[in-house]
Amino acid sequence: MLLLDIDALTGCLASSACLVTQTTSGFIIGMLLFLVAVGLTLIFGVLKVVNFSHGAFYMFGAYFAMTAYQVTGSFALAMLCGAAGTALLGLVFERVFMSRVYGSDVLMQLLVCYAFVLIFDDVVRMIWGPEFKSMGMPAAFQVAPLFIAGGVVPPYYLLLIGVALVAAVILGLGLARTRIGKVIRAAAHNPGMVSALGINTGLIYGGVFALGGMLAGLAGALAAPVRSLTPGMGFSVLIESFIVTVIGGMGSILGALIGAILIGMIRSFGSLGFPLFTEGLMYLFMVIVLVSRPTGLFGKEVA
Amino acid sequence: MTELQAEQAAVVPRIESQSQRSRYIDVLIALAAFAVLAILPMLTGSKALLDFVIRCSAFGLFATSLNLLVGFTGLVSFGHGMFFGLGAYGFGLIMQRTGLPVPVAFVATLVITTLIAAVIGAICVRLKEIYFAFVTLAFQMLIHSTILSWVSLTGGDQGLRGGIPRPAFFGIDLSNHVHLYITSCALLVIGLLLMRQIAQSPFGYTLRMIRDNATRASFIGIDVWRAKLTIFVLAALFASTGGIIMALFVSGAYPEFAYWTISGEGIFINMLGGVTTFLGPMVGTVLLLILNDTVTRLTEYYGIVLGIVILFFAIGLRKGLMDFVVEWYARRRDGSGK
Repeated sequence: MLLLDIDALTGCLASSACLVTQTTSGFIIGMLLFLVAVGLTLIFGVLKVVNFSHGAFYMFGAYFAMTAYQVTGSFALAMLCGAAGTALLGLVFERVFMSRVYGSDVLMQLLVCYAFVLIFDDVVRMIWGPEFKSMGMPAAFQVAPLFIAGGVVPPYYLLLIGVALVAAVILGLGLARTRIGKVIRAAAHNPGMVSALGINTGLIYGGVFALGGMLAGLAGALAAPVRSLTPGMGFSVLIESFIVTVIGGMGSILGALIGAILIGMIRSFGSLGFPLFTEGLMYLFMVIVLVSRPTGLFGKEVA
Repeated sequence: MTELQAEQAAVVPRIESQSQRSRYIDVLIALAAFAVLAILPMLTGSKALLDFVIRCSAFGLFATSLNLLVGFTGLVSFGHGMFFGLGAYGFGLIMQRTGLPVPVAFVATLVITTLIAAVIGAICVRLKEIYFAFVTLAFQMLIHSTILSWVSLTGGDQGLRGGIPRPAFFGIDLSNHVHLYITSCALLVIGLLLMRQIAQSPFGYTLRMIRDNATRASFIGIDVWRAKLTIFVLAALFASTGGIIMALFVSGAYPEFAYWTISGEGIFINMLGGVTTFLGPMVGTVLLLILNDTVTRLTEYYGIVLGIVILFFAIGLRKGLMDFVVEWYARRRDGSGK
């Protein structure tokens, strides 16, 4: 087994063209992961629930966007449909099912989510079929790629990175500065007190879940033109975004951003240097972080 | 010696003799169960029924060992299936590549499992609840992706093909269906008996204490980390044995054996049967396999049906079937006593 291809890695590091290409692709992977992971970390921070079915929202976002694009032909509308559809799905999922298992042990929460991973995958298989689907690159982005320092960068990649960064900034500022952000943080800290002050915590919980679902759906919608769609596509994303949150620290948005970019770079450069062990590299990195800092890079609580 | 003193002196031996007696009862139940299973092939010629029992043995060992972690120690592992896959692949590879006798390969597989489980366990058991669940899951995915990418050793997504050689030993020929059946039943009964001994031992009660209050357990001088690691490795051994039975049964090993859904099903089996009784996971195994066989015959959308059943148990009943039966029985007995 060829584990290490050091020539390919050093050769790439020496050339600016390869460096730019790999860094961009690392950012793409990282930003998509960030959008999924930040929802996961937000839901965990406020609801103390690990949404094991979060990958399904990513999957639905992609499928919603593909269908909307095929029907309307508008890329913007496709993104909107992907995000709004999964937000609604998240709200319903939280209010009808997840809200019933708060306070029970982890086993119950995992089981309810596990049930929905199975159900959602089959629902997608029923509606869209089991085969690989592809949305195709929208006409607006079928233009010549940009050349930055000799590296090839498709314009769509820049849009994707931009949208994710904007989402990160809005989310960060929204939580830190706005009134609703303060209420959410307060609910994460002490839901009983928040409820006693006359704020509807059920609404906050549903809203946070919808927000998390929306971000994952947006990630799926953004990924739809560049990745192939298949039932079960959410699960590998879920595992990776969980690694991201563990590395960054559960409940920390900055941690999710840094963790996602790190994992993106590991995947991108690891595929050159360790073609058969790229995934193993991620797990290895997670283990190293966990052993040295059990709470993750930016985690505050004792894990 | 007064009567009172004599009574006090008799208390300690009485407790010991009680635990001794319950151990004899366990052995008797195990022997009886094995006898019933062993005469089954003489009563029925149905190959399908024997196949079903073999699969129950494989998954029953796996699920019961998971209950040692989930139910007794409070370690919700979502990656326990990796040891099932490890057992199947380890045993299959040793048999295919070396041609060692079956018992030697069996022991060698368990040794390999012990080493890997000790390393993974040492990293994982320090983590709490949800971190533990997901890091074990991550290790499961790591092993799965290693199996998929290490094509020259494992055959990649095609699995170990070409059959696993099963040379006869001590007059047991595992390529004979009835011999394989009897061996599986024996492994199941012995495995269950050993796990029962672990659960009822002082160490088993230490585990329950860690589950209920790890801080207090460490205050009275229990090395929590070591106890958790020990049970993690022990449970891995029984899961690995389940995997070996599976590899013998299908005469091969496939990447699905190491996929996360095996762990998910294990958790669900425990939920279905109930984690508070020792035999709950065994009941859950039988139920899930029956459900599995029925549903896959009726519809291709197996996930939806299974998902709805899980929701019924998790949200509706909120406990496993055996928990439900035990509580119902206790209520009935209390009711009639009053």
